[in-house]
Amino acid sequence: MSTQDIRERIDAFPTHRIGPYRVRAGRPFPYGATPVPGGVNFSVYSDGADTMSLVLFERGATQPSAELEFPPEFRTGSVYAMTVFGLDAENLEYGFRADGPFDPERGDRFDAGKVLSDPYARLISGRAVWGREPDWDNVYHYRAQVLNDDFDWGGDRPLRIPAEDLVIYETHVRGFTRHPSSKVSAPGTYAGMREKIPYLQELGVNCLELLPVFEFDELDNPRTDPVTGERLYNYWGYNTVSFFAPKAGYAATGPFGMQADEFKSLVKELHKAGIEVILDVVFNHTAEGNEQGPTISFRGLDNATYYMLTPRGEYYNFSGTGNTVNCNHPVVRDFVLSCLRHWVAEYHIDGFRFDLAAILDRAPDGTPLPNPPLLEQLAHDPILRHTKLIAEAWDAAGLYQVGNFPNYGRWSEWNGKYRDTVRRFVKGEPGLVGELATRMAGSPDLYQGRTSSASVNFITAHDGFSLADLVSYNDKHNEANGENNNDGANDNNSWNCGEEGPSASSHIRRLRVRQMKNLLTILLTSQGIPMILAGDEVGRTQLGNNNTYCQDNELSWFDWGLVEAHAELLRFVTLLIAFRHAHPVLRSSDHPTGTDRVGSGYPDVSWHGVRAWAPDWADHGRVLAMMRCGRHAKGGSVDDDHVYVAVNAHWEAHDLELPALPHGQRWHLFADTGAAVHPPGAEPELQHPGRYHLGPHSAVVLVGRAAHQTSA
Amino acid sequence: MTVKVSSQVLAGATVVALEGEINSTTSGGLQSQLLSFIGRGSVVLIDLTGISYISSAGLRTLLIVHRHAQQWDAEITLVGLSEEVSFVMSATGFLDFFRIAEDLDAELERAGR
Repeated sequence: MSTQDIRERIDAFPTHRIGPYRVRAGRPFPYGATPVPGGVNFSVYSDGADTMSLVLFERGATQPSAELEFPPEFRTGSVYAMTVFGLDAENLEYGFRADGPFDPERGDRFDAGKVLSDPYARLISGRAVWGREPDWDNVYHYRAQVLNDDFDWGGDRPLRIPAEDLVIYETHVRGFTRHPSSKVSAPGTYAGMREKIPYLQELGVNCLELLPVFEFDELDNPRTDPVTGERLYNYWGYNTVSFFAPKAGYAATGPFGMQADEFKSLVKELHKAGIEVILDVVFNHTAEGNEQGPTISFRGLDNATYYMLTPRGEYYNFSGTGNTVNCNHPVVRDFVLSCLRHWVAEYHIDGFRFDLAAILDRAPDGTPLPNPPLLEQLAHDPILRHTKLIAEAWDAAGLYQVGNFPNYGRWSEWNGKYRDTVRRFVKGEPGLVGELATRMAGSPDLYQGRTSSASVNFITAHDGFSLADLVSYNDKHNEANGENNNDGANDNNSWNCGEEGPSASSHIRRLRVRQMKNLLTILLTSQGIPMILAGDEVGRTQLGNNNTYCQDNELSWFDWGLVEAHAELLRFVTLLIAFRHAHPVLRSSDHPTGTDRVGSGYPDVSWHGVRAWAPDWADHGRVLAMMRCGRHAKGGSVDDDHVYVAVNAHWEAHDLELPALPHGQRWHLFADTGAAVHPPGAEPELQHPGRYHLGPHSAVVLVGRAAHQTSA
Repeated sequence: MTVKVSSQVLAGATVVALEGEINSTTSGGLQSQLLSFIGRGSVVLIDLTGISYISSAGLRTLLIVHRHAQQWDAEITLVGLSEEVSFVMSATGFLDFFRIAEDLDAELERAGR
């Protein structure tokens, strides 16, 4: 690599020699390995170490080629920094060896027998091909490498789509194209996903939320399928090994160390297509597990800093996975912040969804903090200023903060209450009409004083039933996960429509399709940010498994054959998304108030039942209709049509009386989940202007606009 | 280890044929050799038929040469990409920056017109 242009710097020359290596005192910032003129700068933090060495390997070598102990004068505070000259960065793997006390009761777990991975590594090798069995005797598994952060982005930058205009599509890099039916050139990779961008564009989603892409080890699951005996994986990847490195096994070019370029190229192309990228990030725990877990990095560098420890030095387990990251320790806050800045600045990531985010507001002893410094810092950080921040606002130790996650006017939440209410209403449970109305209006009960995009609305997510399974199974069927069906949630609010699993009855199958459409209709006409689980638009099944974290197979993969097989459902969803994009009245950032704020003669939202203006809030009620007045769209700043959405969760049909429209306007039929759907703008006028016959378990969406008009 | 470089001028274009592997050890030397073919308005065809592998550092070298060429209003075209080189360049986004030609003769004819 040529560095001649900037060789003029006087720090481009070594001052010391360690064995055959020429070195000089390095720069403490940035942490990690950074190419500098003539060499590579290495910097690592450890508060309790007595000595620290840089361990160098030739790429793929089992034994180190050199160990360079940091001279005392290369240490500033608790940071060891050294520039090493003349390295072939491309063929280099490096780690650290930290020697210090092993005294678990005091929190110290130094182990000079281990080569530690750099927590700031930008590139990791060692698991470059998904699922390939490694040499388990290797002294160093997750091998840090030097990355040239010089990707040519052209004019790209994060898109900054207003949050309320997003339609999020949650998917898994490998699962999206791994199925042979995907027909992409590199199945299961970033490059493969890039080839499916036209599909996403046609579907109309404008934000991709990716399950974890930080380097993890898919082989850290010891279980096997009890029937087939096949290996089970950590397929989802909620067990981070390295927070700054994109998963190499998701890159077709991972074996060449080009995963960063490949992922960046995917982001750049998605942006060109108008699609944002949100990463699902896991800062609540690491892959080091509990006392029995492997020492990979943090444990051997500064155990007591990075993990929440009991007074006796044991790991707190608020994450349910063995350890808990000590997020509000100043050093760890700095780590999390640097990491997120890295993904925004270097990868142009548009937002983050924080797994078990309630842990991020716990103090080092586990107490929830009213004003957690980490969350405040992320909310106000200059680099993250326009980045979407979404919390999974609960953790595995009982802290449930949906509606009261510390938000600083910035954070959104996965609205678990939205999911539960909509599921229960649509399956036909009584007593939910009022709560459904609240959820469709953006859950102002939970998010008063915040914008309606505080609520990420969803029916299904990676964790739980797929949409098709939600209407096909009453109970979970997780036997293949090897835990006697004890894993996964039991509260699914699902209804199988009359038969558990696949059904030969055409009545049941039609009902299931209608129920899927009902659920999606509510989702895409509710205020807040809708999130769709990939594959739900084509009725993807997991055969009743509601916890496929370990299933790297057809249970999890997107079967592209369904695009044909469920073309009608796909068309419905595509038009529904287009309808949402066409109607700003569904996407206001303020919660509706139920009053007329613009003098249109109609409230911004009004509720109806079988009779217009007479919602049935009673316990036995199973019909709800919502009308949005288009003059109120986006706070009255744009003019839209009236939109009327009615949902009938009853097993009987109902004749709905429609609210009257302003003079000269008529109701037009966009979609009936039991009948037709029309392209937005080309909806036919209702034959009967004041009534609509809505079938059992059905939903209808109408637009009110001037008569005889064929386009919006 | 070096990349073997041979050049000839054909139909007003400089055809530079490379042979070997472009990686971190060979790319430094290759870069200065390639830059020597670039002058104002020059037309350069880099023939990669004899290249079996281009590493991350190698791809960066090609892009640096391309950026220099842009500064000089010179035109660089890559020809003879193997399937693997082409795939790696495509997956990592490098392919998007270059003019790519399938066939050297057809490209020379185009350059000669």
